[in-house]
Amino acid sequence: MSVATAAPGECAAVAAGGVHAPTQSRPSIGALWLALGAVPDPEIPAVSVVELGIVRGIEWDAADPAALTVVVTPTYSGCPATELITNSIRDALAAAGVARVRVETRLFPPWTTDWMAPEARRKLRDFGIAPPDGRHSAAAVARVDVAGISPLRRAAVAVACPRCGSLRTNLLSQFGSTACKAQYRCLDCLEPFDYFKPH
Amino acid sequence: MTRDEQLFQYVLRLGDSPLILAQRLGEWVGRGPVLEEDIAQTNVGLDLLGQARLWLSYAGEVEARFAAKGRDEDELAFLRDGGELRNLLLVEQPNGSYAETTARQFLFDTWHLLLLRALAGSSDARIAGIAAKGAKEVAYHVERSGDWVIRLGDGTEGSHARMQAAIDDLWTYTGEMFVPDAMELALVDAGIAADVRALAAPWRGHVDAVLTEATLQAPAGTFMQKGGKQGMHTEHLGHLLAEMQFLQRAYPGARW
Repeated sequence: MSVATAAPGECAAVAAGGVHAPTQSRPSIGALWLALGAVPDPEIPAVSVVELGIVRGIEWDAADPAALTVVVTPTYSGCPATELITNSIRDALAAAGVARVRVETRLFPPWTTDWMAPEARRKLRDFGIAPPDGRHSAAAVARVDVAGISPLRRAAVAVACPRCGSLRTNLLSQFGSTACKAQYRCLDCLEPFDYFKPH
Repeated sequence: MTRDEQLFQYVLRLGDSPLILAQRLGEWVGRGPVLEEDIAQTNVGLDLLGQARLWLSYAGEVEARFAAKGRDEDELAFLRDGGELRNLLLVEQPNGSYAETTARQFLFDTWHLLLLRALAGSSDARIAGIAAKGAKEVAYHVERSGDWVIRLGDGTEGSHARMQAAIDDLWTYTGEMFVPDAMELALVDAGIAADVRALAAPWRGHVDAVLTEATLQAPAGTFMQKGGKQGMHTEHLGHLLAEMQFLQRAYPGARW
């Protein structure tokens, strides 16, 4: 996933120009990934922006060794957290010693929940949000069972309750507290819960 | 018109429909029939607003290629008058009852998903990227609005009657979704635009399937209103803009 590279010829650039910060004071790419790994998603603070797969890569600028380019892919087009995430990324990198940060937003390929780290799925479940790996199965309970009436309809998926693990759950609303989540209800423990929709 | 001028107009069409529908859905905030629906409706509006921002930002960049200055997303959204807006007539129709809001959403969502999937193959990389992202979001919109058409149509006597009346009222605004004009066809030939004529059959297939499940009838009438894409709107758009654009008109250049 990482496109992190040490810019080739960076020592030469410093030696020739002498205007840039010495490279030895520059944090390593590995340290910067760790710093970004501490930036929480503002709406789901249990997981970081790296674990969610929003940060697609970091790279030192070849022309300016003190400048770092961060490539981010927003989750949803209208996600109101996007600007806050960008600012949090800038702050975390500044605190880690990066002088200049350029955040590049990349729409393609579009963000997908497949980019979510396995660890993030466990953290989501512990946080009370069913992770995005519901499966088509006989256990799926559809609120309105109309799968198959049109190619534009998808079959209901069985989503395990994050509290009791039951697969006897049903969809209350395709949209929950945020656009990326749906609201479900467990028919066994009777608790409502959020489901991070596969995307 | 040069190719860039055509592209600018086309991208405005892509952005204005989600912009205006997002504004309509915003009118429901805090007034939904149940809390879950209030939240869901607002989230759909938010998706559409996000997509509109991406389209209008791109339109402004294209405009800068042939005009002295390209406008940004805010200028395009808040400082154009009704005659300059290129949204479909369907999305500017008033919210009415929840059945009317649901019918409008269902008829639009179905077309929107087919359109975005077609545009994901555009030869214009920006159009393809925005469309591919939006299509994933709109797939959920289609499921939700279809669910509600079925629940209300196949619900009580009262909800059935309202849902049927809503479909009947709005049907006349669906025709223009499938009628390209010469400018659009030139962009289709260039591999940039989607040929909306090809969307009519799959749209009708899905709409009929859902209406049947909902025990509703597709209207028999064939007279279709058109003009939205060319800037000729119904009387409802001006009222919507009066509210949407008030702040930027009253306090030009106001910043958050």
